[in-house]
Amino acid sequence: MTLTGTHTGAQLIWECLTREGVTTVFGYPGGAILPAYDAMVGFDIRHVLVRHEQSAVHMADGYARASGRVGVVVATSGPGATNLVTGLATAMMDSTPLVAITGQVGSGVLGTDAFQEVDITGITLPVTKHNYLVTRASDIVPALREAFAVAKSGRPGPVLVDITKDAQQGRADLDWEAAQPIRHLRHLPPPLDPTALDRALELIRHAKRPLILAGHGIQLSGARAEVLTLAERADIPFALTLLGLGAVPATHPLSLGMMGMHGEAWVNKAIQEADLLLALGMRFDDRVTGKLKEYALHAKKIHIDIDASELGKNVPVDVAIAGDLRSTLQALLPGVPVADRSAWLGKIREWRGDSAVRDIKNLPDDGHLYAAHVMHDLWRLTDGQAVVATDVGQHQMWEAQYYHHDAERSLITSGGAGTMGFALPAGIGAKIARPEAEVWVVAGDGGFQMTFAELMTAVQEGVKVNIAVINNGFLGMVRQWQAMFYEGRYAATPILSPDFVKLAEAFGIHGQRVDTRAALAEAVAAARAAAGTALIEFRVEQEDSVYPMVPAGAALHEMIRRPSASVIAETGSDPV
Amino acid sequence: MPHVLVVYTDDEPGVLTRVASLFRRRGFNIHSLTVGPTERPRQSRMTIVVDAEETTVRLAVEHLRKQVNVLEVQQLGDRPKVVRDLALIRVAAGLDVRSEILQLAQVFRANVVDIAGDSLAIECSGGPDKIDALVDALRPYGILELGRTGAVAMARGPRASPEARPDRVSEPASNQAMSV
Ligand SMILES: Cc1ncc(C[n+]2csc(CCOP(=O)(O)OP(=O)(O)O)c2C)c(N)n1
Ligand SMILES: [Mg+2]
Repeated sequence: MTLTGTHTGAQLIWECLTREGVTTVFGYPGGAILPAYDAMVGFDIRHVLVRHEQSAVHMADGYARASGRVGVVVATSGPGATNLVTGLATAMMDSTPLVAITGQVGSGVLGTDAFQEVDITGITLPVTKHNYLVTRASDIVPALREAFAVAKSGRPGPVLVDITKDAQQGRADLDWEAAQPIRHLRHLPPPLDPTALDRALELIRHAKRPLILAGHGIQLSGARAEVLTLAERADIPFALTLLGLGAVPATHPLSLGMMGMHGEAWVNKAIQEADLLLALGMRFDDRVTGKLKEYALHAKKIHIDIDASELGKNVPVDVAIAGDLRSTLQALLPGVPVADRSAWLGKIREWRGDSAVRDIKNLPDDGHLYAAHVMHDLWRLTDGQAVVATDVGQHQMWEAQYYHHDAERSLITSGGAGTMGFALPAGIGAKIARPEAEVWVVAGDGGFQMTFAELMTAVQEGVKVNIAVINNGFLGMVRQWQAMFYEGRYAATPILSPDFVKLAEAFGIHGQRVDTRAALAEAVAAARAAAGTALIEFRVEQEDSVYPMVPAGAALHEMIRRPSASVIAETGSDPV
Repeated sequence: MPHVLVVYTDDEPGVLTRVASLFRRRGFNIHSLTVGPTERPRQSRMTIVVDAEETTVRLAVEHLRKQVNVLEVQQLGDRPKVVRDLALIRVAAGLDVRSEILQLAQVFRANVVDIAGDSLAIECSGGPDKIDALVDALRPYGILELGRTGAVAMARGPRASPEARPDRVSEPASNQAMSV
């Protein structure tokens, strides 16, 4: 439908979404958004009915991360709107472009504590890039158009548009051109400073032990090719942040793997020994740096990020460039000379060798199922081609360590916020965005129980995701901290689960339980072959820990390493 | 060390909350914040004095620049500038000291704006230091009420036009008036 002339605000919402290219929204109806829902039926937009509004945001988030498009959420006022908050905070931390539309009570009763009135623009102010309270039909299109522009531009993020019921019911002309957004252009990064580029080139030329820190910004900016050219031409290895996984291929010869708290020991050592760090689209999060005072003390630092407020925030840098990564690298590359840094690469290879003996992958199959084995085998069995949505906890870190992501937008995980309950809805959103992709949801027994009601959403929508529930009977990551730093007092971390196979049955999906490594491949094959969503419960070693680990607040080189393999084989559990 | 920022924003409800919320959340300490209309229609101008290190102030400026409602941020820094504060001071002024106080006010080029039975209200504008000095001088007589606006600041010399600033786009040609 294409509208001309005068329309209701409710129609204008959908007309605007259609013109913005939106094909799918994730939502949940209610009184204050009812006029919008009523008008929806006339438009060619798929509505995915979730089971909780938080999941609608995670789905839109997964949809956006998997595809690069803007995710759209619709919810009602009051509790519908407040249920969005965790999802918005998650998207904000990880720079996901979203537009959330909420219904609001009539403008005449705003501020009177009317039924289902909450000040959602006030509540979401710190967890959105921007938000709007729209009280007139004529303001809907300008606000929505600007919301899309703001969500996508610069460092992306979520935007909320709160629309009163009377604005939805009121009438206005559609004047698309007059609603052209411009205010987001106020905040374009400054033009490239050639002297900064020269200084960066100078540092690169003189570096003996340079290292690229590859972040999420590479995917957001579409700078994969430029980063690889830089790395290959100047022979610079790269380490990845959690959200950077997949931005550049894990199996590339110059790829070292993940850095930070649960990064590989040789990666963190390389950071501490480097004489130049090139931070590309990352923000020196505390999980990545460890103790700041002892972070990469020998290294000069070049930091390129689109968000100027990230430059020099945590780590003082020698060259700071606020700008789009792709175009910045394009300007930089002509000056980057071919180099050979085999001495430095050899050194890192040496450090890497030492880690192999501690690698859980090398453990003999002692009858215990280790989550790391599950991830490793899953990677093998899916040829590393799956899109994986992970939850938060130990399984998330094992996935990051053992599922080697080569493709962009193939790992969808809550990094900055660490939001449990994210994986299933985000995975469903990813599958809806990319129906041709094989999507795996990897969740812990704890996090899965936060949002598993969305299984029914998957069923109702005919969405196939494959789910691996990593059941260790614990809120494992917290248990690990209790084991390491709280003398083993497991306060509130043992957690019971329902019978996941029966649960699957109740939802009408394929379900299976696996407790040995030998049974894994067959179960994975069956799940993949199932027509609809399929769930495998992996009963894994209960008290295993993620290694290596930089304790919070410790320096990067002060890592706790996995005790050597023989110790584990003997005790069959984790001798922390 | 106090830093003076001048911030042009859209004149819309909620903008002050956004700016205040940003400073609160990031832990930037606001010394004073004033806001009022400007030479441009539908825009407000804030003068914000923050007490912070140089790096912190730079980050605060970058955060302000990310706000959709913010058009322009000037960090006055060491630039020559005019900073003015307005104070209304009600001071106890019995007949015995009244002429003394009037003399004091004169020295500070302050005006008496109200006379009550045994007190005077004095209005004084000037740099924050001058007002501090007046307040100190009046304190022995007994200050009954003190109100200050907080600083309003302007750089000396020609107006740095937003167009001349390479890092910001100029004022938009047509600004949507939205009831947001
Ligand atoms: C919503 C939310 N609540 C609490 C936490 C704190 N937290 C981080 S990891 C974790 C344990 C997760 O347990 P589980 O889902 O079983 O995964 P596991 O670590 O066992 O793999 C908890 C409680 C969180 N990240 N998110
Ligand atoms: Mg668990």
